[in-house]
Amino acid sequence: MVDDADLLADRVWRRHNPKEQLIRFGVMLVTLMVVVWAVSDIDIFWPWVWDAPNQISSLGARMWPPDPTRLGEIVDAMIETVHIATLATMLTIFIALPVSYIAAQNTTPNRACLWLGRFILVSSRSVNTIIWALLFVAIFGPGVLAGILAIMFRSVGFIGKLMGEAIEEIDRRPVEAMEATGASKAKVIAYAVVPQVMPAFFAIVILRWDINIRESTVLGLVGAGGIGVILQGSIDTFAWPTVATILIAIIALVLVGEAVTGLLRRKVL
Amino acid sequence: MASPDREAFTNPRTWKKPPFIANPLVRYGLLVVLAAYLVWAFGSLPFNWERISEGLPRAARIFGGGFPPSLSRVDLLLTGFTESLQIAILATLLGVLLSVPFAVMAARNVAPLPVYLLGRAVIIVSRSFHPVIVAILFVAAVGFGPLAGILTLTLYSIGFVGKLLAEEIEEIDWGQVEAMRSTGAGYLATLFYAVFPQILPRQVGLSMYQLDSNLRASAVVGIVGAGGIGSTLMNAFGRYDYDFAFAILLVIIAVILASEGVSGWVRKKIW
Repeated sequence: MVDDADLLADRVWRRHNPKEQLIRFGVMLVTLMVVVWAVSDIDIFWPWVWDAPNQISSLGARMWPPDPTRLGEIVDAMIETVHIATLATMLTIFIALPVSYIAAQNTTPNRACLWLGRFILVSSRSVNTIIWALLFVAIFGPGVLAGILAIMFRSVGFIGKLMGEAIEEIDRRPVEAMEATGASKAKVIAYAVVPQVMPAFFAIVILRWDINIRESTVLGLVGAGGIGVILQGSIDTFAWPTVATILIAIIALVLVGEAVTGLLRRKVL
Repeated sequence: MASPDREAFTNPRTWKKPPFIANPLVRYGLLVVLAAYLVWAFGSLPFNWERISEGLPRAARIFGGGFPPSLSRVDLLLTGFTESLQIAILATLLGVLLSVPFAVMAARNVAPLPVYLLGRAVIIVSRSFHPVIVAILFVAAVGFGPLAGILTLTLYSIGFVGKLLAEEIEEIDWGQVEAMRSTGAGYLATLFYAVFPQILPRQVGLSMYQLDSNLRASAVVGIVGAGGIGSTLMNAFGRYDYDFAFAILLVIIAVILASEGVSGWVRKKIW
């Protein structure tokens, strides 16, 4: 028995076997090479990098203390920002629900509709809100309409995708029971599908509203309304203390939005 | 067919779907509140109807100018994408490395209260701002170009990865920490040998996700001048060069779909 113990004591414990070690080494080498390539090839003026901390702290110093003189205007713009997010979320529902219905495997009328639905969802999600806003500002001119449309076009993909997944996960039996009684298509949806996806629907819409509030704070940077318009104006005129006030207001808005969504989630779900 | 009266008499128990909100006062109250909100919101928003009514012909002109998308300046497109990719890689690396100390600071079970509050504050602030807002601040501080983009996305990554990692640390198996402490190990040793091995797999998965997410975000921070394909797109839009702009948009969509696929595949392999 003593020999056995000696044998065991001689073995060195290793966390990975040689093959695993080789793979880990390979991954690290590739990562290192990619990073070296990125650092050496990128178009950066290095003295600026070393100077960046100074520049950032100097910008911070110029912002302090925040200047509250335009607070009234800022609050108005904040309300506009919330309106854009809320109206866009509400309007999105009317587009996203039919799209999610045809994009779900189990409710879609035919394959053509399925692919149409999926195409709408993917193209909506792949284009960022700001890029949608850029497009709509070019079409409808600067203003809140471009902002509302931009948020809508982005949210359709998000709400539609998650709703489609919720529809695909429903229990088939209530649907079959309804169909067996000879109920019409509309009644099957209203009584067998809708009650099952209702909780998911509220959760998704509340989540997206929270995201949309953050998104709508930047729409103004491309001219699509909300607080971003004042922010861009203050930055262009180097009114840094006003910028600081706006940034604090945005943090406050996001925190309030989070509190409201938390409350809604607990009340509704 | 029996008359409705007669039917009600023979079958008095007609089933009605119970309303979603039981209390009628709350039900109709909510509808009234909603209607009032809609009136207020639409009334207070400044719509420029004249400009909007010109929209459809303008849209036709833009889309007419955009089709077919032109790939004649493909080298410009490639330069923009290479820069976006480099920004995303460097920002992910920096962000993921820096997120570890902030995550430790923001985890209640391994950090003392004042440090915890500081860590949480950093994470909340960096998550509250949309990357585009952070990008314009960095552009103002360090000038146009990819440096501003890297700094922006680093901060963005710290916020996201730091938050999830902090939650992961708060949920670790405490037994290993106690085992380390009982041997008399110091704070750092406990962190390195009892905490980090438990969160490492999660960190790798989050890094992959963050690389994907940073690649998307690098396309939009460019719109305010922080380098990458977004700057190329903004220039094309500004010069009414719609066919090139649409080509860029299509390539962005293709790249995002591809990177989503790749990162999904890698995460499936790792997790």
